[in-house]
Amino acid sequence: MYAPDGSVRDAYRGYNEWFGQQNASWLKRKDFEAEGFFRRTGITFNVYGEDDAEERLIPFDMVPRIITGAEWRRLSKGIEQRVRALNAFMHDLYHRQEIIRSGRLPERLFRNNTAWLPQMVGFTPPGGVYTHITGIDLVRTGPDDFLVLEDNARTPSGVSYMLENRETMMAMFPELFSKVKVREVSDYPRRLAKSLAACAPPGAGANPNIAVLTPGIYNSAYYEHAFLADQMGAELVEGSDLRVVDGKVQMRTTTGFTQVDVLYRRVDDEYLDPLTFNPSSMLGVPGIMDVYRAGGITIANAPGTGVADDKAIYSFMPEIVQFYTGERPLLPNVDTWRCSDPDSLKYVLDNLAELVVKEVHGSGGYGMLIGPTSSKKEIETFRAKLKDDPDNYIAQPTLSLSSCPIYTKQGLAPRHVDLRPFVLCSPQGVDITPGGLTRVALKKGSLVVNSSQGGGTKDSWVLDD
Amino acid sequence: MLGRVAHGIFWMYRYLERAENTARLLAAGQRMALTRGQDLADAEWKSVLTTLGLRQAYEAQYDDYEGAHVCDFVLRSKDNPESVFSMAERARTNARACRSAITAEVWEAVNEGWMTMRDMLASPVSDGSLGVVLAAVRRESTLARGATHGSMLRNETYSFARLGTFLERADNTARILDVKYYLLLPSLSYVGTPLDTGQWDNVLRSLSAERAYRWLNSGRMDARSIADFLILDDRFPRSLVFCYSAMREQMGELAQIHGFEGSAHECMRELDMRLTGKSVDDIFDQGLHQFIQEFLSGNQQLASAIADDYRFLG
Repeated sequence: MYAPDGSVRDAYRGYNEWFGQQNASWLKRKDFEAEGFFRRTGITFNVYGEDDAEERLIPFDMVPRIITGAEWRRLSKGIEQRVRALNAFMHDLYHRQEIIRSGRLPERLFRNNTAWLPQMVGFTPPGGVYTHITGIDLVRTGPDDFLVLEDNARTPSGVSYMLENRETMMAMFPELFSKVKVREVSDYPRRLAKSLAACAPPGAGANPNIAVLTPGIYNSAYYEHAFLADQMGAELVEGSDLRVVDGKVQMRTTTGFTQVDVLYRRVDDEYLDPLTFNPSSMLGVPGIMDVYRAGGITIANAPGTGVADDKAIYSFMPEIVQFYTGERPLLPNVDTWRCSDPDSLKYVLDNLAELVVKEVHGSGGYGMLIGPTSSKKEIETFRAKLKDDPDNYIAQPTLSLSSCPIYTKQGLAPRHVDLRPFVLCSPQGVDITPGGLTRVALKKGSLVVNSSQGGGTKDSWVLDD
Repeated sequence: MLGRVAHGIFWMYRYLERAENTARLLAAGQRMALTRGQDLADAEWKSVLTTLGLRQAYEAQYDDYEGAHVCDFVLRSKDNPESVFSMAERARTNARACRSAITAEVWEAVNEGWMTMRDMLASPVSDGSLGVVLAAVRRESTLARGATHGSMLRNETYSFARLGTFLERADNTARILDVKYYLLLPSLSYVGTPLDTGQWDNVLRSLSAERAYRWLNSGRMDARSIADFLILDDRFPRSLVFCYSAMREQMGELAQIHGFEGSAHECMRELDMRLTGKSVDDIFDQGLHQFIQEFLSGNQQLASAIADDYRFLG
């Protein structure tokens, strides 16, 4: 919100002026109201492994994170470039593998990758799209420095929070939105439906049938699955609702079986088809992979795209972008040491207390070490793990992240944030909703923003300027 | 719509209706217990358990029929899968599973209702607050029904919702009537005694029907006219005839939406025939208990025909 010299940043000028005019006790009441709103509407997040807290609210902070229109235009270009590269990379990996032949990417990187699916080799998904929905996690380290922290090409979640956070803000502070012009996010579900429809298989006709596949109400992101289906006017289906009939995937309706053309699945690859992957899975649809490979259905995201979420692959993203677009990457990576490389490993082991070390396949903030805030004992335990299996880790510097204000009982206080914009991809192009999910570390000094680790969220504004 | 979702909606409304009726029954039980001596109070609480079909389960836990125990068991016991709280919870689970088929208003009504129940039933309910809790149960169910009326599209989802509501309601009314008539009086010689009329009064109260009945039958309180009212009066929203007419209407809607009629429609027509043109004398000639038993099993047949026709499960 403030520049280093103490002045208010451009992006926050309108908001700051408004905020200065608000009465403190009124704001306190609004903060209280927000929680009630979320609880009533049941916007919850399930945390695994905690009996009591089966459904939890993600804390919501009512101070928006604001990005100017000009900043967003720059960011969008970088994001679009990255998503195009990701798609080209997926296609190449499952076909000619030129990037490997050219020596830019070591073959073992995907051979050892559990998300790599041999079943996808030689197959091109309808429209050539692999990552229909991508979430790119960004952090900012300076006025013009946005870095990519992570690519989420498997099944990125959080978009419902982006939408509900905005709804909540508009319900609580309507007058603020007439003062500050913020770009809309609410048409994301419509854009998603349109983008998915554009990826339908050739035989689907003019109005393809879209369905959202959820593992069910016990899944951590169930709320989001229901929300998206609802907003798209699509059916929310579970595996048991689907069956392969006459070579097509069909859903059991009150009048019989109806064909599904596009399946936005929020079920992981390995549970998708018990005949192809995990035979004990009840979540998927027996035979769906055969229908898919015969061109009878679109699965979004395509099975096997999780390869790109791997943090070792991430470390090669600058090379990947360069290789497929022929351009310099507009959005740089955070510096990353691959522990598989002996020199890097030595450096990482020597500097553990200063670094963040992550598991290559990890997500959700699990299985990581944050050097500066860890005890000596934690560091030593991690050192042993690292030596034991260096290929399984990467390390990054703890960045001097920029911060955003949050509302606390004592007034505004700075906290670290990241930003996950949501990117749609179809043969018609790349479509980025202006905004995204801002996650915020609620603990002072903390760098961890994951909701499974007690982080919160806030509304993200892209100014209409 | 998906068969699974139709199933979920149908049962969600059944649970809501059942929770509400259970609360009414407890309220009537409490009133009776307060206006009688201990022995009779115990008998009343026992009859509440019988009506709910929970006597066996209750007796496995308790040796007495003390009001506090009965209420705790019926409202919140973890050993009772049919408790009011467990029904509120199941209704909410179904609402979550069918989240994209119901409106935000219905979801919020059910979710808030569940949160209220969870807080109110976190610890045993004292005598003094029982009335407040029971009123809250009724109110939550009413809110959900109101939200359904006011916000849901009149499509097949709505039809399954209404079918669930009225099928369950018909079932409850029939059970309450049956228990009184068949099980409660120690012997026939009690007919017409204060015990008898007191019990009838209780039956009317458990269906929130006492005022309506009084309007229509000033001063009279006998089995025949009460049975007439609860079974055949098409103005009373909890009478069997009323419930069936509402179900018939929804079955008609479904036939129109889908363009076909299945075995459930045939079943509906058969059940209708058993009620149309019947007088209360016909019913008493046949035997009220006999009539109700047939009615309940017809209800059950209809429910499974609906589940089959509309592919609830497979």
